Amino acid sequence: MEFLSYLISGISLGSVYAIIALGYTMVYGIAKMLNFAHGDVIMIGGYISYITISSLGVPGWLSVIIAMAVCTVLGIIIEGLAYKPLRSAPSLAVLITAIGVSYFLQNSALLIWGANPKTYSPLVNGNIKLFEGELTISYVSLLTVVACIIIMVVLMLFTSKTKMGKAMRACSEDKGAAQLMGINVNLTISVTFAIGSALAAIAGVLLLSSYPSLMPTTGSMPGIKAFTAAVFGGIGSIPGAFLGGVLLGVIESFASAYISTQLANSIVFAVLIIVLLVRPTGLLGKRIQEKV
Amino acid sequence: MSKAKGLNLKKGTVRNAATYSIVIAAYVIITILSSTGSLKRSTQGLLVPVCCYIVMALSLNLTVGVLGELSLGHAGFMSIGAFTGVIVSMSLSAVIPSAGLRIFIAIVAGMIIAAFAGFLIGIPVLKLRGDYLAIVTLAFGEIIKELINCLLVGIDENGLHFIFNPTGSKTVEDLALSETGKVIIKGAQGATGTQTIANFTAGFILILVTLFIILNFVDSRTGRAVLAIRDNRIAAESCGINITKYKMIAFVISASIAGAAGALYGMNYSNLTSTKFDFNTSILVLVFVVLGGLGNMLGSIIAATVLYVLPEALREFSSYRMLMYAIVLILVMLATNNPKVKNLLSKVIPTRKKKEGARK
Repeated sequence: MEFLSYLISGISLGSVYAIIALGYTMVYGIAKMLNFAHGDVIMIGGYISYITISSLGVPGWLSVIIAMAVCTVLGIIIEGLAYKPLRSAPSLAVLITAIGVSYFLQNSALLIWGANPKTYSPLVNGNIKLFEGELTISYVSLLTVVACIIIMVVLMLFTSKTKMGKAMRACSEDKGAAQLMGINVNLTISVTFAIGSALAAIAGVLLLSSYPSLMPTTGSMPGIKAFTAAVFGGIGSIPGAFLGGVLLGVIESFASAYISTQLANSIVFAVLIIVLLVRPTGLLGKRIQEKV
Repeated sequence: MSKAKGLNLKKGTVRNAATYSIVIAAYVIITILSSTGSLKRSTQGLLVPVCCYIVMALSLNLTVGVLGELSLGHAGFMSIGAFTGVIVSMSLSAVIPSAGLRIFIAIVAGMIIAAFAGFLIGIPVLKLRGDYLAIVTLAFGEIIKELINCLLVGIDENGLHFIFNPTGSKTVEDLALSETGKVIIKGAQGATGTQTIANFTAGFILILVTLFIILNFVDSRTGRAVLAIRDNRIAAESCGINITKYKMIAFVISASIAGAAGALYGMNYSNLTSTKFDFNTSILVLVFVVLGGLGNMLGSIIAATVLYVLPEALREFSSYRMLMYAIVLILVMLATNNPKVKNLLSKVIPTRKKKEGARK
């Protein structure tokens, strides 16, 4: 029973990682940049949801939508102001800019909302008891897992069926050729950032429903973990991000339960290193032939 | 061809000489200022950390600028060096009374252990490429941080006592120290009660030695092989350059220098926890390197100094300073990398474009 409850909490945590990783992986796939500010968009989403619930008194579901809307706009603004001018710049320059944006978001949050941790009240309370009360599953965990699966399926359908989704895949393969085919590359990238940021808002709300402490730095560690998850599953691949996120969550949950709480992150990272040594492009990543 | 090469070499020599002389001049000026007492106490407290971060930036520049691989876990090597340095200097405090000699031995020890760690980490890391390599260095940085967090170290007349404490169940009592023994590293509390023997002169010498090592390395046969790998891996390989070997040499040298910087840093604080050397520290140093210019050692030195001192100097704007820092960072990257701004700059300063062409 203990095993099952660790497994469930691992899958629930992993689903949050997976949602963040989906945003990471889409942005990476199309813009070929590590968006370090992604974790901080999660934090902003969490704060927006918290503020709208606590001071405006809106219901939980509406606060999620407001948070998604704000983060979407934020994502588009960040992309337009900071990343778009650097489209042809070396990747390191873009990386440093992303770090700058990350500092900017964290410190803005610090100025606006202060350093004191706020306690986020979960979107849904309560739990179901199974096996005569030996196994408790909170509704939040269920909601997280279901949300994650829905998001992944919708994203996969979106990228394979819709015109915009096809444009995204075309841009991620070859921007120049995509442009020649009449695809508006800049618009496509902006839409990708918008989707990624909206996902970050959902992830922020779900993360805080399970781990209610909200601070300006709340997003950075889940951001790094989700980045790891995206690489773990093969960066650029949507099912890969899902698989990587869930596996990462389960490994973390088991490691801290059965081996050592203090070394849980180390074990997660050690597994990542081993996976990358065996499969250098992640679990589901495509190996790209190098041309001379 | 040979003429151009001779000219380049001369230019390089001039640039190196300028780098050395700027560092020496800065040292002389600061020493005079501090001996006449015109430096504030808070400024004096910054001197040693600035030296350490300069050395860190030089070391990371070797990996990112010269070798061309992005490392996001460089603080891990600094951490290894710091705690090795603290253990060595505290163990020798009874045997060697001279602080200078102890600093030297501690730094060398930090270098050796960090070089060894760099070698072990380099084996898996250097097989990977690009962003995958970056994420694995990040992973190693985090692993090192957590491992050191679980370490208990003490010393008595029987020698050093180590306990690895992953579950948090053990305490300093389990080290079984004798009455005269003392604890050096207390797990998550880190190193406590360290004698703060680091000084500015040691930092200055460390910078000079680091510069000497790196500048000569880049000009050596090995260094040219490393540069060739950075510029075009496949072409270099087809010229018979052993990629893994040269990458490893550069990576290990870089790790050992980071270890040296860490050792000096560790001896500058009486309390030090391994969480100091986290992902943010790695990123901080990376920012120094990128803003200073990849492969440009003098740039790294200046960027590290300015960017480390700037937030401290802006303390009066306390809550706004990091916001300003972030904005400056974004604006500088936009200004130096946006093609439109670049074109504008090259029109204003016509020599700029020529120089860049020559360097390429």
